[in-house]
Amino acid sequence: MTDRREFLRHGSLAAAALWTGACASGAPATVPAPTRTPQPTRPTDVEVPTRELMMRALDAARDAGAGYADVRIGRYRNNFIVTREQQIINVVDTDSIGCGVRALVDGTWGFGATRTLTADAVAAAAREAVAIAKASRIARDRPVEMAPTEVHRNVTWKSSYEIDPWTVPIEQKVDLLLRANAEALKVPNVKYVFSVMYFVKEDRHFASTEGSLIDQTLIRSWVPMQITAVAPDFSDFQNRSSVVQPAGRGYEYVLAQDIVGNAPKWAEEAAAKLKAKPVEVGKYDLILHPSHLWLTIHESIGHPTELDRALGYEANYAGTSFLAPPEKMLGKLKYGPEFMNVQGDRSQPGACATIGYDDEGVKPEDFLIVKNGIFNDYQTTREQANWLKWWYDQQNVTPRSHGCSNGDSWASIQFQRMPNVSLLPGERDIGWEEIIADTDRGIAIVGDGSFSIDQQRYNAQFGGQVFHEIRGGKIVGMLKDVAYQMRTPDFWNAMDMIGGRRSYELGASFFDGKGQPPQINAVSHGCPPARFRQINVINTGRKA
Amino acid sequence: MSAPRSLLEPARYLSRAEAEALAKRVLALATADATRVTLQGGSRGNTRFALNQISTAGDDFNTTVTVRSLFGKRSANVTTNKLDDAGLRYAVETSERLAKLAPEDPEEMGELDPQQYAESRSWSDATASLDPAARADAVRAITQATSAAGLHGTGYLETNAGSFAVANSKGLFAYARGTGAALTTTVRTPDGNGSGWAGAAHNDWSRLRPAELGARAIEKARRSANPVAIEPGRYTVVLEPTAVGNLVQNMGFALNARNADEGRSFFSKQGGGNKIGMKIVDERVTIVSDPLDPEAPANTFNNEGLPTARTVWIENGVVRNLAYDRFWAQKMGKQPLPFVASLSMSGGTATIEELIASTQRGILVTRFWYIRQVDPRVLLVTGLTRDGTFLIENGKITNAVKNLRFNESPIFMLNNVEAMGRPVRVSASESGSPGVAVVVPPLKVRDFNFTSLSDAV
Repeated sequence: MTDRREFLRHGSLAAAALWTGACASGAPATVPAPTRTPQPTRPTDVEVPTRELMMRALDAARDAGAGYADVRIGRYRNNFIVTREQQIINVVDTDSIGCGVRALVDGTWGFGATRTLTADAVAAAAREAVAIAKASRIARDRPVEMAPTEVHRNVTWKSSYEIDPWTVPIEQKVDLLLRANAEALKVPNVKYVFSVMYFVKEDRHFASTEGSLIDQTLIRSWVPMQITAVAPDFSDFQNRSSVVQPAGRGYEYVLAQDIVGNAPKWAEEAAAKLKAKPVEVGKYDLILHPSHLWLTIHESIGHPTELDRALGYEANYAGTSFLAPPEKMLGKLKYGPEFMNVQGDRSQPGACATIGYDDEGVKPEDFLIVKNGIFNDYQTTREQANWLKWWYDQQNVTPRSHGCSNGDSWASIQFQRMPNVSLLPGERDIGWEEIIADTDRGIAIVGDGSFSIDQQRYNAQFGGQVFHEIRGGKIVGMLKDVAYQMRTPDFWNAMDMIGGRRSYELGASFFDGKGQPPQINAVSHGCPPARFRQINVINTGRKA
Repeated sequence: MSAPRSLLEPARYLSRAEAEALAKRVLALATADATRVTLQGGSRGNTRFALNQISTAGDDFNTTVTVRSLFGKRSANVTTNKLDDAGLRYAVETSERLAKLAPEDPEEMGELDPQQYAESRSWSDATASLDPAARADAVRAITQATSAAGLHGTGYLETNAGSFAVANSKGLFAYARGTGAALTTTVRTPDGNGSGWAGAAHNDWSRLRPAELGARAIEKARRSANPVAIEPGRYTVVLEPTAVGNLVQNMGFALNARNADEGRSFFSKQGGGNKIGMKIVDERVTIVSDPLDPEAPANTFNNEGLPTARTVWIENGVVRNLAYDRFWAQKMGKQPLPFVASLSMSGGTATIEELIASTQRGILVTRFWYIRQVDPRVLLVTGLTRDGTFLIENGKITNAVKNLRFNESPIFMLNNVEAMGRPVRVSASESGSPGVAVVVPPLKVRDFNFTSLSDAV
């Protein structure tokens, strides 16, 4: 599931009042390169002897009885600038640093974490992890076994960004947002604009008792915007959001989105929705743009192919999966047409889940989740890879983690999280326009909207942002109150046309939620536009 | 430091004296026209179980300091968890640097003068002292029963104990400590054809009954096996309190005067203004937030240090209040009215059994899942039933039914109330974390709008 409600809620006052605190949801233009300003160096950058502390934690875990332990020291930073219309609502910098230790004792996990980065404190966290593992031992009957991995000694990795957003002056960021807001507000009936710049920077350090020692840095950037048009008589209002996708890139990505140049178009779409025709209920051919289809992929392919879900480990929250049991599904289930190939990876430059090494020290590999339309593999960690030994034996492959372990902070227990899961483009060099031209009666949907799916990922309902009515291969007008309902295998088997490489784009979420305590995960999904035949469309308009 | 809870260290949250001392250290470093310091943090203990055994368990603790610096009408915030002198100085300096660079905010209201607060009632020693071994015991009370029953028990136990403080350079200081506990379990049949859920949350761990929750989920899992399909459509439903909480809590966030006055909320009035004074739901429905209600306590102040008090949002079906932030209150000539992080709804006296017995044909819903907004104009949401959905015929449960997707608004639902039961505290958060306190009754409601079937169990 993905959850941006907390973040995008305008009255973030509500969230801020909670006990647990608020957590928080075009064509490139020529923009002058930003000037960089020197920043005060935070003392912790140089003062924390990360490696010594990690070794100390591992020693303490071993001394206390751990058979295996890993330690993560991480610094997690966020920078937000939040605006509405011509005002700044908030400028926020957050910075969290700490140490988490995971210990395996007699086949049972324990975890301890501390924000105090001293030798004594990290050793205490390690001993606590061991103590919790021992205390939890009474409630286990099958020991954890980890698949082997290569040891990576003294390796480093950095994500693909050109401009570190922390070096860009706040005035430049604010100026860009307020100019985009002003452009949107020039459009008749557009009354409100909410816009945000949201940056993430993570410095992650990892060490394990097996000898891996890894340092990584990554940056992610996003510009959430919501443009609201209000009818003059207050009888209706319409929003246009989901205009810029999150990305695993730096400030250069924000500039390339040209939010000032595109704001009028997005605002006109919000205003046009006030006059759009309510959709007639029925079956339509749907043409889904990558800015929309990524979320459908996320919910109906990304989540059901998580192995822990399929085997029941997430039953109490995220749910299980229709792709179970694995022995009845792998190599057998026809997910979609033969031209459907879905890849799991953590390697695409600019994608949100891309990383050099996962939170168990595994170097992730690219793998096919759906191969020529047939379900081929699940997402795994070291603990999980052995569960599919029978399947990998059939392929003559040694069981190995796909590198999907992730914890959302130093205080979180790492577990299986979604890599980038992408629908690979087709062989024909076609795109959005060609698919529309080939469609007689349908609806083309741009941008992600409302989304909901059941706990086994069968029955889903998706809205969108802009709904174009297609007749005779042409866009003839705009529709509103559109949502489609689907059953996952039927939906993907109804796909009959996809775009080629040039039409492939990445969509993403910063807030994929899973696990208890709930953790977030940033993940991208690449896809071309695609067409789905005869999908059930409902009208969601109701009057109070 | 306060009462012990962890295996190895004392309870890790800031006491009032520690919070005050830390806030003073930060304020002493500040050079802005005004400065606010927000302190938040504490310990969290978590134990997960799946397939009748503990899968992960951990404890973590953290404290964050947020510095808000204000120069004229320019402001910025910096949050850090590095609480040594160098870390705090860095936070103050960065906040002040960013604030000076920020444009003026015409809506800036400045910092509050010192205020008076009631003592928070959110703390429980029973919760704060629950250690990992005690959590494992509680889990075992469920997994032993599920294992003996030949079923798969899965679930989650979380406790937290923490404090929250706000201080500013005008002398305001507010402090509260609180605890929360939640235990939820989903029990499934090994063949995957049945699933039952039970859960509870409270500030006080001693109010939770692990074995009882396990027994309820086991019973539901057994009865839910091999569900039959029914036609989607409008049905009379008996909603267990958790299901009511899942939907009603969605209304809480819409109770915002500004969005209503701006014409972009359900609470907007056609032609302008908002719906305060208008009847929007059944006259039996009253919705209140009271930070001092021991069943649904909340912070006695918000993150600006503004005191919170008992607030009636909806009384006998009529909108009485919407939340006003300080700027909007001043602009509209009103008193500021902060949100309160709890919700209590009125009820009746019926038991669930009586609600079922009075239903000729309907559906009993244990809980809802993946609820997302479809249309903010009428608070329309979609989602699905989950983990215990049953057909009621002639006053009796006759069959498990397949899960159903709904498209419905809590507003429509509260206009279609047939009968209400006794309100109880529920675990209504999607994630199973303690979340905010929600107290709601079971409801019998007519014409609930189910739009499609799901094969999910």
